Amino acid sequence: MGRTAPLPRSTNQHWAPAHRGAGALPRLNSDIFLHIDHVTFGYDERVILSDVSLTFRRGSVTAIMGQSGCGKTTLLRLIGGTVKPLQGRITLQGQPIDPDNREALYAMRRRIGMLFQFGALFTDLTLFENVAFPLREHTALPESMIRDIVIMKLHAVGLRGAADLKPSEISGGMARRVALARTIALDPELIMYDEPFAGLDPISLGVAANLIRRLNDATGATSLIVSHDVDECFLISDYAYLISAGRVVAHGTPEQLRASNEPEVRQFIRGEADGPVKFHYPAPSAEVDFGVPA
Amino acid sequence: MKLLDVPQRLGEITLGIMRALGHNAAFFTELVKNVPAAVRRFFLVTAQIHAIGNYSLVIIVASGMAVGFVLGLQGYYTLSRYGAAESLGLLVALSLVRELGPVVTALLYAGRAGTSLTAEIGLMKAGEQLAAMEMMAIDPKQRVLAPRFVGGIIAMPLLAAMFSAVGIFGGYIVGVVLIGIDAGQFWSQMQNGVDVFDDVGNGIVKSLVFGVACTFVALYQGYEAQATPEGVAQATTRTVVISSLAILMLDFVLTALMFSSL
Repeated sequence: MGRTAPLPRSTNQHWAPAHRGAGALPRLNSDIFLHIDHVTFGYDERVILSDVSLTFRRGSVTAIMGQSGCGKTTLLRLIGGTVKPLQGRITLQGQPIDPDNREALYAMRRRIGMLFQFGALFTDLTLFENVAFPLREHTALPESMIRDIVIMKLHAVGLRGAADLKPSEISGGMARRVALARTIALDPELIMYDEPFAGLDPISLGVAANLIRRLNDATGATSLIVSHDVDECFLISDYAYLISAGRVVAHGTPEQLRASNEPEVRQFIRGEADGPVKFHYPAPSAEVDFGVPA
Repeated sequence: MKLLDVPQRLGEITLGIMRALGHNAAFFTELVKNVPAAVRRFFLVTAQIHAIGNYSLVIIVASGMAVGFVLGLQGYYTLSRYGAAESLGLLVALSLVRELGPVVTALLYAGRAGTSLTAEIGLMKAGEQLAAMEMMAIDPKQRVLAPRFVGGIIAMPLLAAMFSAVGIFGGYIVGVVLIGIDAGQFWSQMQNGVDVFDDVGNGIVKSLVFGVACTFVALYQGYEAQATPEGVAQATTRTVVISSLAILMLDFVLTALMFSSL
């Protein structure tokens, strides 16, 4: 699958493993849209993200990758202000995101669209009403204009003909596309995708990836994809972060990450079972549990 | 358990109860704060009155009729021993509008509409619909919970009125049509003995209070449910148990207050 539009590549990005200190953040000197600055987050004793710093450039597609449970989705929650960092801060165009300031948070959220992993469509509404929902809540547009916008958004995801169906009448992949149409209904400046490729068939996957890239380029939005689908992410992303055990272990352009010799990066990209990231959850030895030598 | 652990355990339990009460109070306050916004968009409230009230009508009417039948039979049996069978209309009406109408309606409401509300909100939470709304900068308490809260409060007295009306009709069928009490006596005794403010008014007050309690419990349990199938199932069960106990306790308190004001 090829890209449908030229990608906006940064000329001054350079890749460096995060633990190499000074070069931890990409040197993005222009138009930083979102900045996560030394953020630490956890529940009680359990640390989920530890002193992570990420930068997202306006108009770029950035992938955040890592194995399940590494803290990727938590990062989206932190950006959305659903949870508050224990340390550090997150800024959107220089303005800090403060979950305690409800008014400012809601004003900020109006500039953000989020695609949830399973769509999170309102099951009592039709697909049309789902996409129309944010427009009806946040604008005073006449119904005829809302109709035109909704039909356009549904057309963009290939589901104009399904406008009158209920979410229970469509497949999971279609639900995700409708959710994407709803996400972009208000033309957000930042679009966050939580596992947009999980569970999609190859055709839907290719279409979804293409759509994310095209939408980003057409609207000039900043896109943030949380996924563990290496191939699709690398295909459409300008930049990528690799998170492991709550830390940013590497970041760079897809080409730079593919060329990396860092063991954690290599293990993740090649999907190897053996490496610095353990597949098995910590447990007593097999000898103890099974009563036989491991 | 050691002896010294007892005060510590008691302290933990007390703190737990206080924390839960505080959480409930904060949630209730937020819900009430969002009521004006829900009233301003009254089409959301009418949709809920339809969902909560209209769909509960069958069980309310059927139960009201059955209770009316039983009241007619039991009332006639008791009153006829004292030669006061003509007062059956009064007995049936007073029993229904003062007590049985509001209480039984509220218990049925908790089982029919309360569980439905809890399951709906709980599943919305499990399906990340509430989180999606939050991320769209739409407050789910204002958009989803408050209209249901107002709808429930409005629907409850209407359902109780329907229950009492159908119950009185049931008493009429048993007393007048089947047993043969004079219809004029049945209705005139009722007309003379039932006071609009002291009896019907008190019944409406009870219904409103039960409406607030039951709908609040159902919404709170749904909103705070764990986002898993077991979590929603447990929340639904808690809705019925807590609502039923709350109705019975509130009924005693309200009845005592209403008696003391007579």
